[in-house]
Amino acid sequence: MEFLVRLVQVHEAFREAELRALAELTGIHLEILEYRADSPFCVVRLDSVSSARALISRAIIAHGIYELWGHGKNYESLHEDVKSRSAHFWKLYETVSFRFKVESYQGKRSSSEHRQIINSFEYVGFKGPIMMTGADQSFMVFEEYNLTESKPKNLWFGRLVGKSDREAITKYDLKKRNYISTTSMDAELALVTANLALAAPGKIFFDPFMGTGGFPVACAHYGAHVLGSDIDGRSIRGKGGKQSVLGNFQQYHLTSYYVDGWTSDLTNTPLRVRTGQSGRRGTLDGIVCDPPYGVREGLKVLGRRDGRENDGPVVVDGELAHNRDGFIFPKRPYSFDAMLEDICDFAALMLVDGGRLSMWMPTANEDDKHLSIPSHPCLFLVSECIQPFNRWSRRLLTYQRLKGSDTVEWQPKVREGPNGRAHASDLNEFRKKYFEGFREFDYNGQPKQKSRRG
Amino acid sequence: MKILTLNFLMCARKACKSSSDAFPLHPRDVELEIVETDINPLFIRNILPRVEWAALRAMCNELGLPQLSETQPSCTDLFSTENLDPDATDSEPTQTLRDLHNLLVQTCIMEGKLVCGNCGHEYAIKEGIANFLLPSHMV
Ligand SMILES: C[S@@+](CC[C@H](N)C(=O)[O-])C[C@H]1O[C@@H](n2cnc3c(N)ncnc32)[C@H](O)[C@@H]1O
Ligand SMILES: [Zn+2]
Repeated sequence: MEFLVRLVQVHEAFREAELRALAELTGIHLEILEYRADSPFCVVRLDSVSSARALISRAIIAHGIYELWGHGKNYESLHEDVKSRSAHFWKLYETVSFRFKVESYQGKRSSSEHRQIINSFEYVGFKGPIMMTGADQSFMVFEEYNLTESKPKNLWFGRLVGKSDREAITKYDLKKRNYISTTSMDAELALVTANLALAAPGKIFFDPFMGTGGFPVACAHYGAHVLGSDIDGRSIRGKGGKQSVLGNFQQYHLTSYYVDGWTSDLTNTPLRVRTGQSGRRGTLDGIVCDPPYGVREGLKVLGRRDGRENDGPVVVDGELAHNRDGFIFPKRPYSFDAMLEDICDFAALMLVDGGRLSMWMPTANEDDKHLSIPSHPCLFLVSECIQPFNRWSRRLLTYQRLKGSDTVEWQPKVREGPNGRAHASDLNEFRKKYFEGFREFDYNGQPKQKSRRG
Repeated sequence: MKILTLNFLMCARKACKSSSDAFPLHPRDVELEIVETDINPLFIRNILPRVEWAALRAMCNELGLPQLSETQPSCTDLFSTENLDPDATDSEPTQTLRDLHNLLVQTCIMEGKLVCGNCGHEYAIKEGIANFLLPSHMV
């Protein structure tokens, strides 16, 4: 059966990846028949209406899915197609309450034109009551225009069978969230990230850079249990009460899904690699993260800037200094590229087979040509979605752990010596470019507001 | 910090990763709390095979919690019917499932320390949040 997906015309590069991820998650065979980046209309083939409903119910960058009753380049050919393709459906809806609407994408129609269009479908023979709200069935005529033209170039007619989860964007809006920071990912893309990583009930997900917990919250929205850690314990605790990671889970009534948050450095993680008779066994179903770009906060790992790690413990008043309250654990700058590789190594060790890693990576636009996307012998790159800004972009990279890749031989990278000791800007191409050029944009690519503090 | 999480964590030091004494960590001077949480049979079913049973038993011993069975329960022990679909209405959770939920998900260490059996390093837990940062001579 053919269906029309009414996509949203934002984050175009993420839409197809989201649909494919949801198909994988629900075990539905999805065939994309028509898709264009510049159009919100996408035609797919699925085996049933219930598959269509299941597929779309979690989509974020879509509005809904329609059983496709016809397509045409003009009304004449649309009606012809509706008659040949969907006549067998008409009888089913003869007596139900219904609603009929026309939506014009990049075009305008007067209400009398709407009426005319709707009347031209009289031949389907619906006799039930017309209801604007609460109707049993909704029928839609979609018109697609070229911006400069007065006649539509594409027409579709369909029956609404399922709505997306777009309302979640409002529910998780950062403006209404108790606890956020300057680097919190907006709700829409955090939810998309959870979708691409296949967060779902019964699974356990982890964010090694959890900050204020934006990704774990999004994963919990989809029923996954979540763990998180951050090198900065203050970000997990926040100000306490409502203004903490736990407070966010409380705000959304998701505390049952919040397993734990702890303070740690990803490059010195306490998470254990499980091994059994047949070798490594995965622990995590998914990893989602937005690693520190070193734009706002320099990327740091444990260790000393001067490399004098071997100096040994310091004793204060007969007590180990690092066991005393308020001890500041020394940190040193680290390379962003190395961190991305470390995340891949970590994912290869910790994920179950088929488990996914979805991580964000910023790039300066001029880097695009010689950009290197991290790779790993145990991970397969499922999708690479780009969100462009004026001077920089960021990419959401989604990997899947290959089944049976435990037999692949590889060694986690061991990093020692001077490469980690330089200034953060020398280590991180992106950070360097940020400070050289596009400082006028804030973390989410929006032009900076003038700060009142000056 | 939940008992389940402790079952996934070991000493953060690279030097301890290959030592069998660095897992599980040993709780010391801990305050336990039962934090009521909705039971989620699907989650317990999926997570149970990932739990290291011997380490969990040792942890219960050290914390003075009721002794666990010697052998790890299997997924069939979690539901009273043959039906393993936790969404099915006839799959009543068994006492085993309830006990596991209580131990793994509801029992939390709110304050105290976790000590590595290999290097002796202590990790502090405050307000349920553990700190696994290392001083530089241990990195
Ligand atoms: C881009 S922010 C993530 C924000 C988060 N997604 C949120 O919703 O708030 C990156 C986070 O990584 C943390 N971080 C930096 N270096 C780290 C390291 N080596 N290990 C773990 N976390 C680190 C920072 O403290 C910061 O909270
Ligand atoms: Zn140790």
